[in-house]
Amino acid sequence: MIARAFVLAALALVLVTPVRAAAPIMDAREQRLETRVMCPACHEPLAQSSSPMAERIRHFIRFRLAAGEAPSTIERELVEEFGPAVLAEPPASGFGLLVWLLPAGALAAAAVAVLSVACAWHRRTALDDAAATDISPALLRRLERELATFED
Amino acid sequence: MARTALAAARAASVALVAGLLLLLVIRIATGLHGAALASAVAGGGRPTAPDFDLSRIDGRGKLRLSSLRGRIVVLNFWASWCDACKGEAPALKAAAHKWAGRGVTFVGVDSQDFTGDGRAFARRHGWTYPSVHDGSGSVMSRYGVVGFPETWAVDSHGRLVDHVVGPVDARRLDIAIRRARAA
Repeated sequence: MIARAFVLAALALVLVTPVRAAAPIMDAREQRLETRVMCPACHEPLAQSSSPMAERIRHFIRFRLAAGEAPSTIERELVEEFGPAVLAEPPASGFGLLVWLLPAGALAAAAVAVLSVACAWHRRTALDDAAATDISPALLRRLERELATFED
Repeated sequence: MARTALAAARAASVALVAGLLLLLVIRIATGLHGAALASAVAGGGRPTAPDFDLSRIDGRGKLRLSSLRGRIVVLNFWASWCDACKGEAPALKAAAHKWAGRGVTFVGVDSQDFTGDGRAFARRHGWTYPSVHDGSGSVMSRYGVVGFPETWAVDSHGRLVDHVVGPVDARRLDIAIRRARAA
């Protein structure tokens, strides 16, 4: 009786262990997909939406992952069904490319502007310094003399 | 040199802001156009129904709305996950049967839905008329549809003549079709 109980317990452990080990991997992939996929009906990331549509897509993702599909394949299938807007990150091609290029363009324009202002400021300072040192020795001596009279 | 670069950077910034504003205007204008259709029909107007060419959910090729010119079209926007759509499904089935052979075509627009779910839904409710797949919801946006179900009646000239927000019943469908026939 005890031996049979041990065998049953061991069997249960063997059956349960792979499931428990596999579950976190599955969850991580599912969670990652839920942040990368938008709910087409409510335009929110899947992870933040509880609409019936989001629930349906969540079920689809879970089902496809369990069937052994790669997340990239699942994303492609979702794009085929709902279009590229189902992905939180727009594709780096076509109109979606603008979303990637505009911030880079803005940063480049800002960098050029900052550099230009810095160059202009540096040149003006250099000119001021040159102007300040461009005093004849006679004028400098006279200036020192007159300043000395003020100190007295 | 620095002045030229500064001017170029300023021009680039202005172009960037102008581009973003243009995108915003296009987005708002597209949304307003859809909403304007409902207002126009409610005010007695007959705006042209936005055309579309979408795949049928039964896999029998594509369907273009303008190819049905000369017939009255009842355009029903639905999704399999929409509870209210289940409620109106029997009325649509009965009306499609009643008006069959009398110059009226029913077309379902399954929006923001899995094709397979839509196909199963149509089969479960015994719909024999075609439904098209609008997964991205771009056609529903052009019609200003913001929730499911919504139904439009299109006259034989391809003009929108009636609009129902929410589930339709047999009586309301008859009114919409008669309006389209009278137009």
